[in-house]
Amino acid sequence: MMQTAHPEPRMEARFQGRLGAFALDVAFEAPARGITALFGPSGCGKTTVLRCVAGLQRLDGRFALDGDVWQDGSIFRPTHERPIGYVFQEASLFPHLSVRANLLYGHRRTVGRGVVETIRLDEVVELLGIGRLLDRSPQHLSGGERQRVAVGRALLSQPRLLLMDEPLAALDRFSKDEILPYLERLHEVLSVPALYVSHDIAEVERLADHLVLLRDGRVVAAGPMQELQADPTLPIARMPEAGVTLPAVVTGHDAAYGLTALDLPGGRLLVPGHLSAAGTGRRVRIAASDVSLARQPPSGSTILNVLPARIVAAELQDGVQVMVVVALGEDGQGARMLARVTRKSWDALGLAPGQPVFAQVKGVALVQEAPTDRSGR
Amino acid sequence: MIWQPILLTLELAALTTAILLVVGTPVAWWLARSGAWWKEAVATVVALPLVLPPTVLGFYLLMLLGPNGPGGWLASLWGARSLAFTFEGLVIGSVLYSMPFVVQPIRNAFEAFGNRPLEAAATLRASPLDTFFTVAVPLARRGFLTGAVLGFAHTMGEFGVVLMIGGNIPGKTKVLSVAIFDYVETLQWNEAHLLAGGMLVFSFTVILAMMTLEKRVGRTG
Repeated sequence: MMQTAHPEPRMEARFQGRLGAFALDVAFEAPARGITALFGPSGCGKTTVLRCVAGLQRLDGRFALDGDVWQDGSIFRPTHERPIGYVFQEASLFPHLSVRANLLYGHRRTVGRGVVETIRLDEVVELLGIGRLLDRSPQHLSGGERQRVAVGRALLSQPRLLLMDEPLAALDRFSKDEILPYLERLHEVLSVPALYVSHDIAEVERLADHLVLLRDGRVVAAGPMQELQADPTLPIARMPEAGVTLPAVVTGHDAAYGLTALDLPGGRLLVPGHLSAAGTGRRVRIAASDVSLARQPPSGSTILNVLPARIVAAELQDGVQVMVVVALGEDGQGARMLARVTRKSWDALGLAPGQPVFAQVKGVALVQEAPTDRSGR
Repeated sequence: MIWQPILLTLELAALTTAILLVVGTPVAWWLARSGAWWKEAVATVVALPLVLPPTVLGFYLLMLLGPNGPGGWLASLWGARSLAFTFEGLVIGSVLYSMPFVVQPIRNAFEAFGNRPLEAAATLRASPLDTFFTVAVPLARRGFLTGAVLGFAHTMGEFGVVLMIGGNIPGKTKVLSVAIFDYVETLQWNEAHLLAGGMLVFSFTVILAMMTLEKRVGRTG
């Protein structure tokens, strides 16, 4: 795996300019590690930002990856000289070449010219499950297969930065579900950082570590995903499906009841089913609408997961509901979660920031298998 | 005797087509990709031979190639007096005359696949020249095929321009179409029949072959 000398390599991006009536003015920094999602509604400029990073489009600004400047003032490295891998919304495979020749198109132009090979054809083929497609023509592949080949082609050009422009948006639900596990595996196995454009929060929550929120050509917020998710003032907290994704570790199993225990920073969850072995990491998602709050530990309830927590902040939404941020643990030092409660309950219970509460979690979604220590890769 | 105009015509058509593929491809690429405001004016100049009477084109070519035009100056470099009434002059005339038949299909083919394959190649480290030869040309191969066949066939059938700038010099400028005209003029019906019938069969075969080939190329491309 690739190692960089710098302890915390970063990418920094700044682009501004006009495209017809649309004005773009964005600036953000992100770690050059893991997946950074550019998230926002359609037409917010996220694809334009990605195209600027690739050099496919030129606006004024600056881009540097781990100190390597690709654009700044009059410096503008053309696309074919940037160490990127780009996955378009439509696979855009070369129709006149076989799948194998497509996969090797970028490989020949990098490894063939002395670039260090960090990932080989057989590894990519294995990782993406495309072995039986190699000798076919791209025209005879399904949408999901084509997109997997496109991802493989980008990876084989040995990129230092993977750029993905809504790679799942053109696919139907079925093909999406087919590809997502592959993307998650890439995330676990590969060290190459990625910028991932999407307008689908579910996709972003499954894949991203870092988030850049865009709206109307501007950056609304940027930061680690869990931090932004637990900020009740941001637009993502106002979405009906608002919630948090948290890193959890499997700590044990209750064979008699068929439950698995998961440890979160500041609390423990029991979820149905026998999950992976103890010690493995899982990413869990807890929706704000699945969490209710109580001042005393409830008795005679069927809810399995009741976690002591402390209220950190609260934000009134549309006059009826309150989005409450709680931090797990009696000391309130653990992971942050969102709870959506009615204003009536908030007032009736006399809740306020700083108060100890019990968070009752009605549902936990397992998002992915993730290594517990991301920094260790 | 009857073979001389046939061979001459084939030579002229092959040479013209080859030159047009080399010269016409960058022109077609530029017309397909450029954002210059005056590119449609260039496209119109290229397309002019489609509507211009061959005698008009031939007349201007005669001026250009004659001893007093730039062609005469060019010819003086190797001691000739003029490019008119020479095989070289005929090649220049044919290139201009058949240009739209080669450039247009190639331009259309370049336009058909859009920007995306070129962008994809650039993100895979292919330089613009590399992209041109490994992506653009293969993707436009139907256009090249159509252009080459049309250019070749069209040059074979050219008459008006040849008569204006080439005349009727056996072995030098007496091509098929002129030879047929000549045989009819001198009432040599047998020879005229032979050549005309041959042209008919040739044209039919060319078009049939092109359509079949296009279908096959289209299926794999």
